[in-house]
Amino acid sequence: MPDQIEKTDPGIVDAGTVVVDPGLTPEPEREKPRSLWDDAWRDLRRNPVFIVSSLLILFLVILSLWPGLFSSTSPLSCDLSKSRQTSESGHPFGYDLQGCDVYARTIYGARASVTVGVCATAGVAILGSVLGGLAGFYGGWWDSVLSRITDIFFGIPILLGGLVFLSVMKDRSIWTVVSFMILLGWPQIGRIARGAVITAKQQDYVQAAKALGASSGRIMIRHILPNAVAPVIVVATIALGTYISLEATLSYLGVGLKAPTVSWGIDISSAAVQYRNAPHMLLYPAGALSITILAFIMLGDAVRDALDPKLR
Amino acid sequence: MGRYVMRRLLQMIPVFLGTTFLIFVMVYALGDPVAAMFGDRAPDPSTAAKIRHDLNLDRPLLTQYVLYMGKIVTGDFGEAFNGQKVTELMGSAFPVTFRLTIVAILIEIVVGISLGLISGLRRGKIVDNASLFFTLVVISIPTFVSGYLLQYFLGVKWGVVEPTVSSGAPFGELIVPGLVLAGVSLAYITRLTRTSIAENMRADYLRTAVAKGLPRRRVVTVHLLRNSLIPVVTFLGTDVGGLMAGALVTERIFNIQGVGYQLWQGVLRQNSPTVVGFVTILVIVFLVANLLVDLLYAVLDPRIRYA
Amino acid sequence: MRGSTRAKWVVSAAVIAMAATACGGSSDDDKGDEGKGGDSKGIVRAYWSDPQNPLEPSNTNEVQGGKILDMIFRGLKEYDPKTGAAKDAMAQSIDTKDQQNFTIKIKSGWKFSDGTPVTAKSFVDAWNYGAYLDNKQLNAYFFSDIDGYADVHPDKEGAKPTAKTMKGVKVVDDTTFTVKLTQKFSTWPSRLGYKAYSPLPEAFFKDHAAWLKKPIGNGPYKLESYVKGQGAKLRVNAGYSGTDKPKNGGVDLKVYTDGNTAYSDLQAGNLDLLDGLPAAALTNVKTDLSGRYINQPAGIIQTISFPLYNKKWGTEKAKKVRQGLSMAIDRKSITEKIFQGSRTPAKDFTSPVLGAPGGYSDGICGELCEFNPTKAKQLIQEGGGIPGGKMTISVNGDTGSHKDWADAACNSINKVVGNDKACTTNLVGTFADFRNQITKHEMTGPFRAGWQMDYPLIDNFLGPIYKTGASSNDSLYSSKKFDKLLNQANAEADTTKAIQLYQDAEKLLVQDVPAIPLWYQNGDAGYSDKISNVTLNAFSVPVFSDITVK
Repeated sequence: MPDQIEKTDPGIVDAGTVVVDPGLTPEPEREKPRSLWDDAWRDLRRNPVFIVSSLLILFLVILSLWPGLFSSTSPLSCDLSKSRQTSESGHPFGYDLQGCDVYARTIYGARASVTVGVCATAGVAILGSVLGGLAGFYGGWWDSVLSRITDIFFGIPILLGGLVFLSVMKDRSIWTVVSFMILLGWPQIGRIARGAVITAKQQDYVQAAKALGASSGRIMIRHILPNAVAPVIVVATIALGTYISLEATLSYLGVGLKAPTVSWGIDISSAAVQYRNAPHMLLYPAGALSITILAFIMLGDAVRDALDPKLR
Repeated sequence: MGRYVMRRLLQMIPVFLGTTFLIFVMVYALGDPVAAMFGDRAPDPSTAAKIRHDLNLDRPLLTQYVLYMGKIVTGDFGEAFNGQKVTELMGSAFPVTFRLTIVAILIEIVVGISLGLISGLRRGKIVDNASLFFTLVVISIPTFVSGYLLQYFLGVKWGVVEPTVSSGAPFGELIVPGLVLAGVSLAYITRLTRTSIAENMRADYLRTAVAKGLPRRRVVTVHLLRNSLIPVVTFLGTDVGGLMAGALVTERIFNIQGVGYQLWQGVLRQNSPTVVGFVTILVIVFLVANLLVDLLYAVLDPRIRYA
Repeated sequence: MRGSTRAKWVVSAAVIAMAATACGGSSDDDKGDEGKGGDSKGIVRAYWSDPQNPLEPSNTNEVQGGKILDMIFRGLKEYDPKTGAAKDAMAQSIDTKDQQNFTIKIKSGWKFSDGTPVTAKSFVDAWNYGAYLDNKQLNAYFFSDIDGYADVHPDKEGAKPTAKTMKGVKVVDDTTFTVKLTQKFSTWPSRLGYKAYSPLPEAFFKDHAAWLKKPIGNGPYKLESYVKGQGAKLRVNAGYSGTDKPKNGGVDLKVYTDGNTAYSDLQAGNLDLLDGLPAAALTNVKTDLSGRYINQPAGIIQTISFPLYNKKWGTEKAKKVRQGLSMAIDRKSITEKIFQGSRTPAKDFTSPVLGAPGGYSDGICGELCEFNPTKAKQLIQEGGGIPGGKMTISVNGDTGSHKDWADAACNSINKVVGNDKACTTNLVGTFADFRNQITKHEMTGPFRAGWQMDYPLIDNFLGPIYKTGASSNDSLYSSKKFDKLLNQANAEADTTKAIQLYQDAEKLLVQDVPAIPLWYQNGDAGYSDKISNVTLNAFSVPVFSDITVK
């Protein structure tokens, strides 16, 4: 009985979210029924974690768009005679091995690193959710084929894949790195999305909506999506951090972004071997990386909590 | 159940072929390995041609793949450029990496699940925030940084552990590398467990268990934890393959001649027998681990049954 | 019970998984005690990394393979560890009257470590093996000057050899053989210290696979055990007849994945000798090791070569740009700040280890190798500026710290031309890919080139790299004047005159700038307090036989 097998296929429970139906709690007092999104937004506006992390992210975005606002020194104008010197007036973070200003490089490095992190995560989340969601929602052949394709890409270790893929690419721009991350990263989200969708599909309220004659599209967007999105958000926010740090590892292996791009990853990788002589070279880009990751994880947590009616 | 396992095993075949072909194409795209064998000198054309011919490099890609797979079926994985058989290389690399992976997974399970459990039970409290902070630090430091730092401070400066792993790779020497390797996955597991615990805390069966007056310890371990581990187990399953291959950086820093290191060398020298051979085995590990995970669900969640 | 059946399935699946992954099982040869303690008497524990090719003398072209071959083989000549001068080792005499026909007499009484004698045949067989095309030896070109090479090793792709042995090499008796070269070559005998010319025992030809597992040679050490990926144990060869008998009990070569890792082990006392220190260690090495650190000139020069085949770089006008770029690089600062003095700014195209008698002269490059921002800018402008306004320096990103110096060189150039983005480093992912782009002549901008001498003579720094059609002429530089001078020098019997001719040729390079000399790479090594008397030879390989162990 293949059909039954699909239903009980363990992938179902991937996300481990045993969702309790939010539709059961009637809210008769309201004139216009509030959607889950409205609820979430009301929740978020009052959540200090959300406010702090949003402000931080807003700051990072501004930093990425207009780094010139924060630093008048060019990250590329370097004076070798100042190699590895610590801070002095006008250059609060000191200099790196090449005698470039670490403060300027940290400011200018935000653009590449944040772009890589955000774009790779967004791409992975979209591609993974769509393919995983389709597999989960339609089941049957869709599921079999999509799941096997997921496995094929999942089977290639990401670091190895990156090493080969980026060695082949002669021009390693931000977009090459992002597209490689999406290409090999989506199966992770895909599996989770698939499991979450299958779980949500079997809930009573979805069955009820179906019985009431709701269209597939409506069911997907109104009922399944909000319930399947939580596990995706949790994994995606952590993944964002790992993508930024993966960029650093790729630089360490010699296949990272190419100059004249400035990125935290490039700086961290060249600072790593200098940790004994010039810890400041490592401290600032790594600190910036940590703060960025913190902001996104906090945001992810807050959004996830807000979208989960059980936690209200 | 037996039929289910059979079906899964059969499904592995297309995945196996797909992945190996993909990696074969990628290594092929890296280009000709022969020029590099001559170091900084230009290769002399006749020797280079002879080497290319003997490695089948002068054939079309598809023929190369078929010839290669044909040999693999008979157990011949080819040779690395230093004349060593790839099977021999795998025989020495896999056990070492296997041990390293076990250490890493144990650390992930013990530390990750405990941290996740505690912070899930005390959401929003100091413990929770501390664990978030810890997770953050672990994720934001790339392995090559944490590897060098731990090696220097623990191994060289304070002399607490051996800075490198000797050729036998005993478990004792693998603890620090295992910790470094486990890093990022550890963070995932902590976050996943925390989320999962927080959700299941509000489940009906848990309320029932508490209402029944069961001791807290039993409620947490048997009812809460068992049900919350499913996503964690899924993650671990998919992580095994990633850990084994992703150990590349860790293995390089701690002098472990394992799978990751050999793969890296294979890529650098553009030696497709090494890369494809190792990935072949990794894909099998990955697929079997996934199957195991799926079977484990049935143990963890009594609602799941395989026809 | 349902639960237990499930568990059983899980267990059996686990067994399959173990079987599938364990593959070779745990290896039994793990039990070695190497690396630990170091109290086995008189043994030096030294850094090594796995040789990239099978350990045949004519197939080994990189330092790590060379290191072990140096210990287990002695050729006709050897290079003096201090001066680098070639002197007789196994050779009794090498005579010639016409610089083309040589009669070689070897010393009798030498034995391979398996007890068989070293005869003239051992040499002749080894050379024929090395030259024969079907053996695919990477160093076959070392025999290309011998008459009959073309028959055993046709140059054309896909051509089949028409003979198995070279007609120019003949055994006369047990201790004598003759060599006929294709043309006059006065300095040919001093090449014979190179490991490709080593003799091979009969065991090599009888059971090749077994020999490769455990090579047998005639050197000061013999191989006791060799485990690929782990290391090699070498012990004193009691039957060695040379003069440089080892002063220690043996050497354990330990394979490392990375130089930084080996450095950690050296600091922790698990390793005695590390040659070729990682760049990151250079700042601290003196204090870390309380002065147990050597840093001395070696026969290695680093250059930036230009793709003269490319329209942008090959023109007469671009020559001015090339000259300007050479003057735009602040070699002194880079060697000090990036390399911590382990490199010396270059003043010619060879190496100071040659010494004045070997052809080195610090006045050859002159102004071209001096940092001069004003003149550099002027020259670049006269040449029409950097072609296309932008250039890259290509280096391989997988080994060494090439990125660091390339970045610094670019920054130096950028400052001179006043544009932050004019020059950038192009990191090529793998060495293999890097070499492919070079040998296929696909480079569109200057690229890193390094040259480690095969033997300490000036012609080795010129002929193979800059002669028209030479094997390492990656820039495709071609100058009739230069070629002519080299040919004259090769045929010149008088060494002083020959060197004068070589230097005249070298001066042409300063005018034409097919490459920019950057710096001479030093050999460096750090060692533990357990050993002393550590020196490096002219090839920056440790002189193992001199090391004493406390």
